[in-house]
Formats: sequence, C-alpha cells, structure tokens
Amino acid sequence: MRPGAELDIVELAGGVVLAAAILALWRKDLRALISLLALQGVALATLAAVLAVHDDDVSLGVVAGVVLVAKGIVIPGLLARVVRSDPGSRETSPLVNVPASLVAAAVLVVVSYLVTGRLSSLFPDALTRLAPLGLATVLVGFFVLVTRRKAVSQIVGLLLVDNGIALVAFLLTAGFPLLVELGASLDLLLVVVVLQVLTTAMRARFGHVDLDQLRELHD
Amino acid sequence: MLLLAIVCVPLATGVLAGVFAWRCAVGWATVLAKTAVVGLGVALAVDTDSNRVVSGLDGALRADALSAYMVVVIGIVSLLASIQSVRYLQTDVALGEHSVRHASLYSVLVEVFVACMLAAVLAANLGALWVAVEATTIATTFLVGHQRSDKALEASWKYVLICSVGIAVAFLGTVLVYFAAIHVAGHPTGASVLDWTSLMHASRHLDPGVLRLAMGLLVLGYGTKVGLAPMHSWLPDAHSQAPAPVSALMSGVLLSVAFYALLRFKAIADVALGPQFTRTLLVIAGLSSLLVAASLLLTQRDLKRMLGYSSLEHMGLLALGAAAGTTLAIAAVLLHILGHGIAKAVLFLASGEVLIVEGTTEIDKVPALLTRRPLLGGIFGFGLVALLGLPPFSLFVSELNMIRGEVAVGLGWAAGLSLLAMAVIFAALMTHSRNLLLGGPTATGNATAQATPRLVGIPLVSGLVACAFLGLSAWPLQSLLYAAARVVVR
Repeated sequence: MRPGAELDIVELAGGVVLAAAILALWRKDLRALISLLALQGVALATLAAVLAVHDDDVSLGVVAGVVLVAKGIVIPGLLARVVRSDPGSRETSPLVNVPASLVAAAVLVVVSYLVTGRLSSLFPDALTRLAPLGLATVLVGFFVLVTRRKAVSQIVGLLLVDNGIALVAFLLTAGFPLLVELGASLDLLLVVVVLQVLTTAMRARFGHVDLDQLRELHD
Repeated sequence: MLLLAIVCVPLATGVLAGVFAWRCAVGWATVLAKTAVVGLGVALAVDTDSNRVVSGLDGALRADALSAYMVVVIGIVSLLASIQSVRYLQTDVALGEHSVRHASLYSVLVEVFVACMLAAVLAANLGALWVAVEATTIATTFLVGHQRSDKALEASWKYVLICSVGIAVAFLGTVLVYFAAIHVAGHPTGASVLDWTSLMHASRHLDPGVLRLAMGLLVLGYGTKVGLAPMHSWLPDAHSQAPAPVSALMSGVLLSVAFYALLRFKAIADVALGPQFTRTLLVIAGLSSLLVAASLLLTQRDLKRMLGYSSLEHMGLLALGAAAGTTLAIAAVLLHILGHGIAKAVLFLASGEVLIVEGTTEIDKVPALLTRRPLLGGIFGFGLVALLGLPPFSLFVSELNMIRGEVAVGLGWAAGLSLLAMAVIFAALMTHSRNLLLGGPTATGNATAQATPRLVGIPLVSGLVACAFLGLSAWPLQSLLYAAARVVVR
C-alpha cells in the first residue's frame, strides 16, 4: 500500500487497537473496559473496510461488516448486560497495580517489535511494518488474563487477545478466505455467549464471580 | 457425497433429538447413526487406499487415508459412548435428576460435538479445521457442566476459557502459515491457499523464519487442546466433572483430533524446516506431560480424575512418537490413538457405571469391586492392563513401535526418560487398582445399590476384545495405518 489517506487510516486504526488495549490496563471500571473493546471492534472494521476498498475485494467488505456487528456491537452489548446486572463486580481489582501494569505493557510492546522484526525485514511493506501493534495487543491481552481475576475481566482479556490476532491477520494477509472468517466470527460470538451464560450461572450459585474463590478443583 | 454424508449423519440425529423429547428410541437412533459413521468410515478407508483422495462439497471437504482412519476412530469411540449415553440418560431421567428437556439438550450437543470432530478431520482447508476444532469447545462446554454442580461449573469455566485462549494462539499460527504461503512466488492465490494439498505443494518454498514462529504458536495452541503440559490444567477437571460418556468422547477422540491437526502442520513444517525443529518442540511437550502425569497420578483419589491424568500420559507418549516421525513411528502413533481411544473410553464408561450403581467415583469408597461386582471389576482390571501397555492389548504394540522409532532417530534418551515415567505411572496405577479391585473390608458397601444389567457390559467387553485383537494382529488395519502414516511422512 502506498502512502496516502488510506494508509493513514490503516495506521490510525492499528494504533487505536493497541492504545485501547493499554488503556484497558489503566481503567479499573469494567464498563470503561467494555467501551474500549467496542472501540477496538470499530477500528478493526474500519481497517478491513479500507483494505477492501483498496483491493477491490468484495468478500473482505463483507468481513468488515461482520466484524463491525460482532466485535463492535453484539459482543460489547452482551458483556454490558452482564455488568449491568451485577453492580457489585464493576471494579476489576487487578493483582498488579496500574503503574506496574503500564511498565509491563511497555516491555511487551518492545518484545513484540523484536519478535516481528523478522516479518518486516523479510517482506518490507507498509502493512507488515504495523504487525507489531497486533502482537503487542495479543500480549497485553495475555497480561490481563493472568492478572485479573474477575470473570468479566477474563473475558475482556480473551477478547483483547482475539482482537490483536484479528489485527495481525488483516495487516499480514488482508483477511482469511471468507468462509473461514465467517466461521471464526461465529465461533467467537458463541464463545462469548457461553461465557456469559456461565458467568450468570456462577453468580446465581456462588453469589460472586471472583475466580480466586473457585478453589474446589485442584491438586 | 460420501464425505458430506459422514458429517450429516450425526447432525441429522441431533435434529431428531432436538425435535422429539428425549426417550430411549432417540438414544438408539444416535447409536444407529454412529454405526453408520463407522460403516461410512470403512467405506472411505477403502476408497482412499493407494493414495487416492476423495473430495466433496465443492472441494471444502477432502479425505485421504489419514482422514479416513480418523473417521473410523471417531466412529468407534462415539459408538461406545452413545450406547452408554442411553443408559446414563435413562437412569438420570428415571431418578428425576435431570428433566427430559435437559436430556434432549445433552443428546443434541453430543451429536453436534461428534459432527464437529468429523468436520475437523475432513476439512480440506486448515483454517476450516481450526473453526471446527474451536466449535468442539463450544459444543462440549455445557456437556462438561451437565451435572450442574459447583465443581462442574468451575470445570466448564476453566475448560472454555483455557481452550479458547489456546486455540486463539493456534489461529495466530495459522495466520502466519497463510502469510508465508501467499508470499510464495507462483503459488495460487485465493480461497485455496490454505488447502492442505496446495500448502503441501508449496511447503518447500515457505519462509523458514515465519514458519518457525508459526509452528511454535501451533504446538502451543493445539497443544492446549491436546492437553499437553504446561497447558493441561483444564484436562483433569473437565474429565472428572463431565458425564462419563462425554469424558469418554473427550479423552478418547477429542484430544486426538487436536493431535491430528498438529500432525498435519508438522508435515508441512518438516518439509520446509527439516524435522529437527518440530521434533524439539514435541519432545519438550511430551516429556513435560509425562512428568506431570507421573508426579500427580499417585495422589489422585477420584477414579475419573485418575483416568484424566492417564490421558495426559498417553498424549505425552503420542507427542514423543510424533517427534520421531518415521513412517513406523507415525503408524504406531495412529494405532495408539485407536487403542488408547477404545481402552480409555471403556474405562470412563465403566466408571460412569460405577457412579450409577455405587453413587460415587472415589476410589476409597468403592473397594473390592472384583468380588462385589465381578463384571465391572473385570472390565476395570482388563482395561487398566490395556492402559498400562501390557500385552495382548494393542497399546503394547504401539508403544513398543513408537519407542523403536524414537531410538532409530537418536531420541533414545527421550525414550529412556519416557520409560522411567511409565514405570512410575505403572506403580501408581497398580496401587490404585489394588484398592479398587481387591481393597479392604467391604462392610461399608452399599447393599441396597442397584445391580448392573448384563447388557451394559456387552459394548465394554467387546471394546476390550477389539483392543486385544488389534494387539495380536493388526492385519485389518495394517495397510490403512501405513497409507495414513505416509500422508504425513515424506
């Protein structure tokens, strides 16, 4: 892709995805985290739409629409419903405090630039150059998964990982074959539905959704 | 046409189970469907003999000898599981533990689960393979939580979260393989880039740096679903909490279906990188799984949890066998998949029967099974002998040949370590089975508990007989095994 308005939008969208992931470490309010996920979804859809126009690729356009609906609207909506029904669990109570988390995020960004150096040096391309943004988002997602113990914040971690992978996929390959993309989106949607049902069931049964207090199964 | 039929048969009985409320007839229809899957699988195996490839649904489905073999394995294990499902649901509904609606949901999900596994092994596209494997996670989550207890809920949460994250990592690996493939000059672009056939064709020209990164992610990702250490923590929980037929399906075939995905990617990486890279990854994963299984088996108190850890052991052995990667070793890996699938399914189903008649699966609370319940005790005894890899069962033959393969490629040290771990596991399982089968005084035995109908034993005993038969003579499978192994060994 040549420099121009299109590339600017792609770069901006990639930056927004990573920035939203890092902001997710900073904000403790679960409602704010969900808005950040929605923002990521919209950014990913915009990126896919720009690539679709640039490549004249109809199926990628369809994918952009699916991403917008699934990641931008439906999934954040489902999570927001869980949080609304339980005012007690709005705070994430991370195991690692915010300044330390932000330092860790900075390290993770550097690591992902080092790891993906090979990709960008082999195939120097305006888009490949941006791949570290996606990988950094994946790593920040893992960090959230490890350090946050509330059920909803774990779902947020999973979705951050997934959005990061989607970003890498769009930047490196301009999207998978349509059938695979649709299947993957459907799978993701169903996983979130399953997790939502389980969260509701856990709250009904245990009265909380704090995973540190689930300790019946261990060796 | 044949391929589409294989996937659609369980889907059709799934619809049937959804439309009609659960009753025995529906249960037997699912059994019939699995018999049909086995039959179609055998037909497919005959069709794909001598390197022929069958495709269907506009090239979306594709089968070679390896896919055909996996269809047969899935068919056999799910046949055993669905016979026992009838017994499980019948008892639960009769006791009023679950409503009829709940039983219907169970049947629908099991059928969808089996269909997803079949779709996974028949997918032509490695992206579609990923979609199908992830779909199995979704279908099984509620099955793991079917008992609706606190523990079952915790286990299903762990299961879906850990496996989804793992499988997401595998997706990233698939993205990188795709990236490497579209940068091969002269490679066809479009939807078919990720097709197994075209990937194998281009594998020589894939960029090694990208592929190394991809293989690391794929082994980690699909390894989570296989249950290889260090991402195994969901496995014992899910296997101990799921209803017995579901545990049998998960341990017997779901783990191996994920392993099948690894075998496919390994074949591509071996051409592009040489065998050493993937071998190292698999040896690390295999040995650490064996180590975890060996160190935790002795302390287990629950029968199903014990069997879960034993699955971890066998997946570790498979990883080591695949690491060797010779035709002989891969054929042994495939035979081991079948032998372990049958033996483990029989044992899980038998422990489900123990739960029905004794009300618990804690090893200390069901002592002297052999004297009190000779049929169940006998099945457990022979099943454990099979799992320990003793003759005449097929696991002996496959373990022996995997070790031979490992020694042949200079992995003798790893084979030695695995034998050491197996010796520890042998001792642990012997201790448990001595309590279980012979045990102390049986005064606490539940005298009013119901008896096991003889009929329940028939599928379990036939499973063990089949497993022993394959150990004595693998002739019905010999050519299929080698044809399937040659698909992934070049």
